[in-house]
Amino acid sequence: MLDELYKEIILDHYKSPRNRGKASKVDFHAHGVNPLCGDDIELTLTVDRDIIEEVKFDGHGCSISQASASILTETLVGLTLDQAHTKIEHVKSLFKGNDIVTEDLGDIEALQGVRKFPVRIKCATLAWNALQLSLQNSATGQSTAYSDE
Amino acid sequence: MDSHKSIQNLSIPELDVDAVRKDFPILQTTIHDKPLIYLDNAASSQKPEFVIKTINNYYSYEHSNVHRGIHHLSQQATQQYEQAREKVANFIGANHSHEIIWTRGTTEAINLVAYSWGQNNLKQGDVIIISTCEHHSNIVPWQLICELTGATLRHLPLDSHDKSFNLNKLAEMLTPNTRMIALTHMSNVLGTITDLSKVVELARHNGSLVLADGAQSVPHIPVNVAELGIDFLAFSGHKMLGPTGIGCLYGREELLEDMPPYQGGGDMIETVTMSQSTWNQLPYKFEAGTPNIAGAIGLGAAVDYLEHLGMESVRAHSHKLNSYAISALSEIDQISIYGPRNPSVRGGVFSFNHADIHPHDLGQVLDSKGVAIRAGHHCAQPLMAELGVGSTARASFYIYNTQSEIDELCAAIKSAGEFFSK
Ligand SMILES: Cc1ncc(COP(=O)(O)O)c(C=O)c1O
Repeated sequence: MLDELYKEIILDHYKSPRNRGKASKVDFHAHGVNPLCGDDIELTLTVDRDIIEEVKFDGHGCSISQASASILTETLVGLTLDQAHTKIEHVKSLFKGNDIVTEDLGDIEALQGVRKFPVRIKCATLAWNALQLSLQNSATGQSTAYSDE
Repeated sequence: MDSHKSIQNLSIPELDVDAVRKDFPILQTTIHDKPLIYLDNAASSQKPEFVIKTINNYYSYEHSNVHRGIHHLSQQATQQYEQAREKVANFIGANHSHEIIWTRGTTEAINLVAYSWGQNNLKQGDVIIISTCEHHSNIVPWQLICELTGATLRHLPLDSHDKSFNLNKLAEMLTPNTRMIALTHMSNVLGTITDLSKVVELARHNGSLVLADGAQSVPHIPVNVAELGIDFLAFSGHKMLGPTGIGCLYGREELLEDMPPYQGGGDMIETVTMSQSTWNQLPYKFEAGTPNIAGAIGLGAAVDYLEHLGMESVRAHSHKLNSYAISALSEIDQISIYGPRNPSVRGGVFSFNHADIHPHDLGQVLDSKGVAIRAGHHCAQPLMAELGVGSTARASFYIYNTQSEIDELCAAIKSAGEFFSK
């Protein structure tokens, strides 16, 4: 049962996170916290002419939240901001079990195991929610951290 | 608290844990096909069949509203309900049963004092002292009443070394303006037991009152309000084998007499006209509306059960498990335990962290082995900040837990270590 949650890909991202650190040029900044478990994720993005060039993450938390952030950074590079919006929506509903996979989602598919562990869904969605809020905020000129309460 | 002295007293009968375990239906069940090892007692305890049957029997054959009917059932329900109050009063050494106010739990009991007492007694310049290691329910009500009255909330920092209360520091903080010292009697994170007699002594010098949050202490150690000399004590039924939704505020008679009602409605009045009302006597002044009758009767049964075991025996069992847990957990290199190592000054609540595993992941792996622990901030965010962590894992024991369950806990932690390092 545990193996469904902690797939090898997840543990690999957790132990060797991709794109940890801070983007060389910060065009977007997202901050997500889950006060209940103390997870804290910081995302920075470099965007050039609407295309996401670089995504980095920093912070601490459980394996699921950290692996999910690491996967996010790999997933979004190269997308336009619009495509990123759509992707985030899709991934979030996938984690919640509202959607089925219709395309090859790469490592994201490994995270689908959280569906069977309702309390862990928040861990998986934290980075995605934070980035979504940051993208929305930047459209409206606000800046607030995403807090999962 | 002198309860630990009696640990050495050999006349205390040892708990017959095998027999106790048979009294708890849930302990006969399995989780993920493994026998349940329930180590989340600080959050809520399990219930013995005796309590479940008492509640079941009440609803099946004895239910009616209390204090209202002249018919047989109502009188019988009233009698049982008031008997439960007497049992609780005896259990904590209160002088009068009307010093026991039924509430929904610790949280409501503290809110009752903060609002009712605070509203009448606090003004600008007054000071309330709490500590860094309080549960949110002993922080937020005071913040709210301070905001309303202009009083100031100050916090007693923990000893930087062992995270106990530094009572010398408390003595320094006290001024004639200190009106209330509200402290946990046993930390729900660190397990530390507060020397309340000492706190009361300091408070008396300054004319301050003392409220103790007994949510963790009342279920686990003998607590006698008269001996301790405290003014208020708040605790919850569900952490001491009783049902959820019932708890108590103990308050000294003369203080309760002076306090205004907390909520208005039926039962709490003497007479009502369209322009004003007069208040019923204690304890009913604070118990507006139809109360949690079954809850009170269930808590009365839980008290009977605990008294049958004997609180000294309950404490001795906890002491034994604590010593065992401290040495067993200390043998795992990656584990750091928060809180005192001396089992005589702590209860059976162990917060710890694993060097390589986040508490959430640890809790998840343990769950897959049937071991229920808690992971999170335990409603004590200021304490988490003080400890410099976002969250901890927490194992907490009760009368039905055994040394072999602690062995299972440690084995599960070790296997989690292997799982995450593979
Ligand atoms: C020390 C302490 N105080 C207060 C509470 C709140 O109790 P309740 O939620 O039953 O009102 C708890 C338990 O959650 C606790 O451990």
